[in-house]
Amino acid sequence: MKSDVPESRATEAVARGPRVPFRWMDTLWVQVTGTLCNIACQHCFISCGPKATQIPVMGVDEVQRALDQGRDAGVRHVYFTGGEPFLHPELQSLVARALDVAALTIVTNGILLDDDTVRWLAGAFERSRNALDLRVSLDGMTAAQNDSVRGRGTFAEIVAALQRLGAGGFSPVVTVVEHEQGLEGAEARARFLDFVRGLGIRQPRVKFLPLLRIGREARRSEGYADRLGDEALLPAVESSLLCATGRCFTAQGVYTCPILVEDASARLGASVAEASRGIRLGWAACQTCVLDGLRCNT
Amino acid sequence: MRAAFFGGIYNNYIGLEEALADARRRGAERLFCLGDVGGFGPHPDRSIESLRKAQVEMVQGNYDDAVGNAREDCGCGYTDPRDNHFARLSYAYTLDKTSAGHRPWLAGLPPQLSVELGGTRLHLVHGSPRQQNEFLWESTAPDAFLERLCVEAGADVLLCTHTGIHWQRQLPSGRRVVNVGALGRPANDGRTCVWYAFLDTEAETAPPFCFIPLAYDHQRLAREMRAEKLPEEFVETVLTGWWTTCLEILPSKERLRGRF
Repeated sequence: MKSDVPESRATEAVARGPRVPFRWMDTLWVQVTGTLCNIACQHCFISCGPKATQIPVMGVDEVQRALDQGRDAGVRHVYFTGGEPFLHPELQSLVARALDVAALTIVTNGILLDDDTVRWLAGAFERSRNALDLRVSLDGMTAAQNDSVRGRGTFAEIVAALQRLGAGGFSPVVTVVEHEQGLEGAEARARFLDFVRGLGIRQPRVKFLPLLRIGREARRSEGYADRLGDEALLPAVESSLLCATGRCFTAQGVYTCPILVEDASARLGASVAEASRGIRLGWAACQTCVLDGLRCNT
Repeated sequence: MRAAFFGGIYNNYIGLEEALADARRRGAERLFCLGDVGGFGPHPDRSIESLRKAQVEMVQGNYDDAVGNAREDCGCGYTDPRDNHFARLSYAYTLDKTSAGHRPWLAGLPPQLSVELGGTRLHLVHGSPRQQNEFLWESTAPDAFLERLCVEAGADVLLCTHTGIHWQRQLPSGRRVVNVGALGRPANDGRTCVWYAFLDTEAETAPPFCFIPLAYDHQRLAREMRAEKLPEEFVETVLTGWWTTCLEILPSKERLRGRF
């Protein structure tokens, strides 16, 4: 398995930091397209892109195996992520399979959501008893603000996709990474909600996410200078962390969370059962979840 | 055996009085409340006094734990800033207006209750058996997950509230999960009635649980909420049947059925 983390440092990482017992298996992230993406954002925390193959695309059988293990564990939510999930050639089949198991959220940049795809998604939403949600990334209210990190022309493409989703009756969650000043706080949130409503989305939902300074983002900014100490977390913080109730299934095994899938030391096993155990938050990026309150769940 | 199951009261003592009378008229021999006496509405002591006087069998909700133990917040489990803003307003009011004499009663309520009615093992919780403030929405509670909760609780039927929207489902194993809804505010369906669940173990129609829509004097509740200077957003919900706050916690399916 490829990893940027030397084995010695990896061993050190998991042997320190506050402990997080595994409570139960609620949320199964499935990295259906690995690191394959149609764009290469400057702030991506796992270095995804059109030529990024360090984590392979999962086959249908592999995804089904993940879903079966999730069902056995009594999972509530499945998240399809990547890379860009809509690049998967069998995504329609994967969505049907996931909705048969649990509520599903697809984390996407939206660019591939053409009219046919939106119509198909609306049908899947109607047919399923379990919830189907979309999470679309948009990192600014102007092309200048968004395209500086997501790539030239992406603002127009994402906005057009959101308009199609709104016209199709969807209310996607728009996620905004706080990649520059002015993209945080209540005022920015209110402005963004108005902006999304203006795109024709009846019930706008916006989720702001702090920057994760790993992956490609570590090359744009300075990365992390420190890690968490060994002190115990407050119970309310500990129990709310994604890694207390979820795991990420990839083509290379099951990881602590979707953030650390490029770090070999965060691989906890080959199956959900193997990975359902307590961990220590020895990875630098854990600071963002503990100190900045990042929660990947919608 | 007939029994009534009330979800969150949220200080709607007017609706509660109506529900008690309605359940008795229908022949309920046992009355249960699944917690969250306070929040949202006016005059918290009045609901507590009605429940105690009627000897309703109680389960503790997160609000009861919070008020009873004077905790910092209501513990509702919201994650959105706007949801939390209104939750804080509501909690500050209820905490301030709940008499000291009632707090030990709230703090001492059992977090779960197991009862056998007509040969069926019922397990009553506020949120879920594993977490007092867990939201069991219909669209995010798949069968395998619910089977696990029922097995771990040793229940034929699991009853819960906390979400404010009623639903029920028979699982592949034959077990059943019933979210009894709430008496405290409408079900985000554009109707001003509130809902509770009713069990008749000898009913000839299936399923043995049904949901009762309950009309009550919601205009009076709205007047009293305004007199207590509770947020106008809450009053609007009482008058229209559409939720205006605590919306971000709703899964997409439940949210899209509402107006906001």
